[in-house]
Amino acid sequence: MGDNGKTERVLEGSEAVALAIKACRPGVISTYPISPQTHIVEALARMVVNGELESEYVRVESEFSAASVLAGASAAGSRSYTASTSQGLLLMTEVIYASAGMRLPFVITGVNRAVSAPISIQPDHQDAMSLRDSGIIQIYVESSQEAYDTHIAAFKIAEDPRIALPVMVCMDGWILTHSYERVRLVEQEEVDRFLPPFKPIHFLDVNDPKSWGPIADEDLYMEFRYAIHDAMQMGKKRIKEIFSEWADISGRDHGGLIEAYRTKDAEIVLIAMGSVAGTAKDAVDHLRTGGKKVGLIKIRCYRPFPYEDILKAIQDAKVVAVMEASFSMGSEGAIGLDLKAKLYGRSKTPVVIDMIAGLGGRVITRGTIYKIVEQVEKACESGAVPFEPYWMDLKPEVLP
Amino acid sequence: MSEKNAVQEKDLFVSGHRACHGCGQALAVRHILKATGRDVIVITPTGCLETFTLTYGYSSWRVPFMHHLFENGPSVATGVVAALKAQHRDHIRVLVIGGDGSTFDIGFGALSGMLERGDDVLYICMDNGAYMNTGGQRSGATPIYAGTTTHPVGKKSIGKPQLKKDMPAIVAAHGAPYVATASVAYLKDLRRKVEQAMTYQGPRYIQIDAPCPSVWGFPSDRTLEIGRLGVQSGLVPVFEMVDGRITGVRKIRTRVPPREYLSAQRRFKHLLEGNRAAREGFEKICAMADSNIEKYGLMD
Repeated sequence: MGDNGKTERVLEGSEAVALAIKACRPGVISTYPISPQTHIVEALARMVVNGELESEYVRVESEFSAASVLAGASAAGSRSYTASTSQGLLLMTEVIYASAGMRLPFVITGVNRAVSAPISIQPDHQDAMSLRDSGIIQIYVESSQEAYDTHIAAFKIAEDPRIALPVMVCMDGWILTHSYERVRLVEQEEVDRFLPPFKPIHFLDVNDPKSWGPIADEDLYMEFRYAIHDAMQMGKKRIKEIFSEWADISGRDHGGLIEAYRTKDAEIVLIAMGSVAGTAKDAVDHLRTGGKKVGLIKIRCYRPFPYEDILKAIQDAKVVAVMEASFSMGSEGAIGLDLKAKLYGRSKTPVVIDMIAGLGGRVITRGTIYKIVEQVEKACESGAVPFEPYWMDLKPEVLP
Repeated sequence: MSEKNAVQEKDLFVSGHRACHGCGQALAVRHILKATGRDVIVITPTGCLETFTLTYGYSSWRVPFMHHLFENGPSVATGVVAALKAQHRDHIRVLVIGGDGSTFDIGFGALSGMLERGDDVLYICMDNGAYMNTGGQRSGATPIYAGTTTHPVGKKSIGKPQLKKDMPAIVAAHGAPYVATASVAYLKDLRRKVEQAMTYQGPRYIQIDAPCPSVWGFPSDRTLEIGRLGVQSGLVPVFEMVDGRITGVRKIRTRVPPREYLSAQRRFKHLLEGNRAAREGFEKICAMADSNIEKYGLMD
């Protein structure tokens, strides 16, 4: 394993992302500001005006246009990037669906933030989850270092001709974007070797004119949609390979589609995504010291959903507690739904308990995680699988 | 003849598409591409044009063509322009051909953004004055008192009560260097304006009056005639603006009474049938024709 992360700097998370994007040499960057994504696009703007990054930097009038610029630029054959969050991601939704359908391989940073109403600028995952079914690949990161590494891998994943889909790297707003962390950077030549210039198979070319964005009704629509699913399912292997190629270069292995942390003999397995995984690992270590057989699965790649890897990691678990930073109104948390659907009908499956925690930035401490484990143990003792998810730290006294 | 020359000989927009009988758009597009040549990329927002020219496996376009969504033609074009610049392919020009729905209404914000940024895009609006792809609902381009499916004529209504948005003026107010209107009834003029527009850098706008037999309600062999009546009556002023100033107008040689234009179309027929509100509506439209003639200097 090499260690090319020679340059070590203390960076704000947003700056780390901007440096990763710079290293990827995008031809086109489009931007519309929305907190807490702003520092990323501001940092890129400075790089462009100072001549450190040669890129067409387009200032647009909405997130809808920000994503649309990527669609056009990507179809014309340029590596393209933007960042957004919350309402901005929701405003991009239609564009993302169409771009995935047209197999346009751009990269977006999805800075995770709660959606309105009420307005909250604090982090949770509802915004990205709202793009769950759109066909965009979603990768969640735990730290600024992982954000830096994952963005570089993201372009390689998106542009792989066997995948050819947009990729969103999801990072928690404020907790990651606005906090400072020691980040190791990889030399430009190494990035260039890992990520050569974007060479699309098809692009808007006057010497070989093709038409994009047709009508395909009942005779062909299903096949187009299936092809996206197939690219995601088949792409899982390639995504893992790309992560591991990057690990060889950078010396940092954040895991494949998931990171299984102390799950080997675990009876209770927690599942989490994003920055909370760090807190959860710490809590797991502490609980392990106390003799509790607890482990954690950090989901890195949420779409495609890595159920094979998760199922393998929970095969000996008695109970799985899914920590959800989003909620499907009138149902339950999205990850729990995914997991339970894949477990149904299998023999010897663990009990899955859904834990809604951290919506709108409500703080999740180690204490919250201890409470989750206690709650899970209680449910197991009583033998009754709860029908409704637990809403951790909910304040019933302020409800109407 | 080399293969390249053979392609140049051919039309860049080919027949076999699924436009309604008498649709003016297909004709206009063929002439637009004659004027631009083959070094263009065409972006089309959702609308009639996209749906009748591109069914998977069948395309009428011999230039690179992309349809993405209804609201984002201008921003997709911006992205293409940016990519061409990044790749040093900027001798290739970018064209948006949208309908009045995407231009006047749903994509208006994106168009405004594109104009303000000054992106090098020729934006052509095929104006048939309603949402024809969905069956003739009112749009921001629908002329006043036209009957539409969402603003039908009835006991309490003589059609759409609002004026058509003055898009050329709105575009010009953004500082676009070249703005023009044209009509499918005058193809030579249309071609010349596209050629003219191609000599400018930055955002350019041409709005083409494209009569729609299906929804305006006239026989499909009268498209060009209806287009001419619109222009000759003064209701469809055809002009050219450079840097915000009118530099040329299509003069009316023999003035046609607005009644002739209105009575030839189902969407206006109610104005000629009697009640007081209708009579007042008709008078108002006649006054608009007068005012256009004066404002644009359409008659010598």
